[in-house]
Amino acid sequence: MEADEVITVSDLRVTLAGHEVVRGLSFNVRRGEIVGLVGASGSGKTVLLRTMLGLLPKTSGTVEIMGVRLEQATPAESRRIGGRCGMMFQQGALFSSLTLRENVEFPMREYLDGSDAMYGDVALAKLAMVGLGVEDADKLPSEISGGMTKRVAIARALALDPDILFLDEPTSGLDPIAAGEIDRLIRTLQRVLNLTVFMVTHDLNSLKSVCTRILALYDGRIIAQGPMQDILAFDHPWLRAYFRGERGRAAQLA
Amino acid sequence: MARGPSLRAGVGADGDLLSAEGDWTGAHAADLDRLAHAAPAHVRKLTISLEGVGRLDTFGVWALERLRRQVVEAGAEAQLAIPQDARADLFAGVDKALARPSGPSVPRDRWGTFLHQTGRRAEAFAVDFAAFLDLTGRLTFCFAQGLRHPARLRLRSAVHHLDRTGLRAVPIIALMCFLIGCILAQQGFFHFQRFGATDYVVDLVTILVLREIGVLLVTIMVAGRSGSAYTAEIGSMKMREEIDALRTMGLDPVEYLILPRILALIVAAPLLTVIGNAAALYGAGVVAWIYGDMSPAVYIERLHEAASHIDLEVGLIKAPVMAFVIGAVAALEGMKVQGSAESLGLGATASVVRSIFFVIVLDGIFAVLFAAVGM
Repeated sequence: MEADEVITVSDLRVTLAGHEVVRGLSFNVRRGEIVGLVGASGSGKTVLLRTMLGLLPKTSGTVEIMGVRLEQATPAESRRIGGRCGMMFQQGALFSSLTLRENVEFPMREYLDGSDAMYGDVALAKLAMVGLGVEDADKLPSEISGGMTKRVAIARALALDPDILFLDEPTSGLDPIAAGEIDRLIRTLQRVLNLTVFMVTHDLNSLKSVCTRILALYDGRIIAQGPMQDILAFDHPWLRAYFRGERGRAAQLA
Repeated sequence: MARGPSLRAGVGADGDLLSAEGDWTGAHAADLDRLAHAAPAHVRKLTISLEGVGRLDTFGVWALERLRRQVVEAGAEAQLAIPQDARADLFAGVDKALARPSGPSVPRDRWGTFLHQTGRRAEAFAVDFAAFLDLTGRLTFCFAQGLRHPARLRLRSAVHHLDRTGLRAVPIIALMCFLIGCILAQQGFFHFQRFGATDYVVDLVTILVLREIGVLLVTIMVAGRSGSAYTAEIGSMKMREEIDALRTMGLDPVEYLILPRILALIVAAPLLTVIGNAAALYGAGVVAWIYGDMSPAVYIERLHEAASHIDLEVGLIKAPVMAFVIGAVAALEGMKVQGSAESLGLGATASVVRSIFFVIVLDGIFAVLFAAVGM
């Protein structure tokens, strides 16, 4: 049986251009949790996410994903981890020379040993799950809107039915209906696949309805963590402004 | 312990029963693919039970759903005993995807496709030509207005572009023309020596350089250096909606962005041609001295005899016309750029290829025209 903690970050520090952006972070994420990371713009959320995925070098500290330290992983291990993590980038990062369906099929072709028919059908199913029809599947990323790009990016992150899903602002730029569908999709997949989700978000509705735990990042440190009500009860001027501001109150009434 | 997926046949309370067992996940994709097409023959009513299934993901659901559909297509009844938990949502998602026709299947007709594409190309060419005429008209109009109100010529911007496309191109163009002049002279001496006509090498080099080589080298260099840069600049402005922003402010992108760039090119090309000509003739003189045993004094004297102001004029008349075509093609390709970075790259490539093509076509047309008027 695998360890219950799928992500462990301890005393992580990251310095970018002489400025310490992440200042000694420690937290862990257990299997099946949906963790939301909140913080002001420029507080280091995306830097933290990119460091956890090994895209940015860290100054010190460790990141373990499914019991493996990325910097010590053998090529085989990092490939295994890569096949079990899905990442959705903020701007989609769809491969511009592939159609939407091919984008979703891409990780399957690399990691699985099935047939083209299987990849095609499952890719369509993934696209259908995020609300795209078969008539859109053969379009190129340059031909679709920003909201659709987000959904296809989520579909691609889900292509392999991963164990851990990293999402960088999955609902920003979406209309409320589409954002609600994405929220529901994340919840459903979490239940069905026992998925672990780590998401950076500003969407108070997502935080409230989807996340089982919230990490609040302020000035490169975690100032509070816990379920929504704990965070709300926590006394910190920035957190109060974030959750008790006009928009925060509106989201809680909803 | 992870087990691969398998199917066990049996008899249920109500017709045939297939029990799915093991892990039905993407990790066993090859097995799933096999099982998806392993529908039992000769069944009338089939129930597929999922009670023995361990882990299940979208790939497993796909295989089960495919299996069921295969039985149904064979004319029998089949149903999946979908567990009444969260996994039901997965089945709904896959079911929706499989229910739709898998892609449009238009019959392929090679001959038809060829005709279709030829027609498309011809249409695109006509559209491009119309756009070229349209842009020429707009530029003329803007220029005429600019003559009445000089502030609208955006001379400050034109001078900036003149610096970029003209002054900064001088070193590379001088070097390139110098080398081509050397090569022409060397070839001339090498081959003319055999029949003792080395005196005529100077005539050969002078006429070639002044009439053709100088202006062609310069305009091809300008197309590669400045034409592509113009396309990339205008294209990225188009991509980031800067051009739309100008339009909504009531300003004309042709006046602001295109006219100053093309004016700069039209001024730069003849000047660069003069510099290129001089560099090429200088190179030829160096080779004549070192390789052809012709002293500089003799070379200069022969040059005076061989070169006429008509040869120089022929070259210089062509330069601004070619510069205009390069600038217009670059601007048009830039304006055609759509949302993606890919189309920007394609536009820059198309801009260079097309403008060099048109430069050479124009050169041919000019050769006919000049011959007709005896120049």
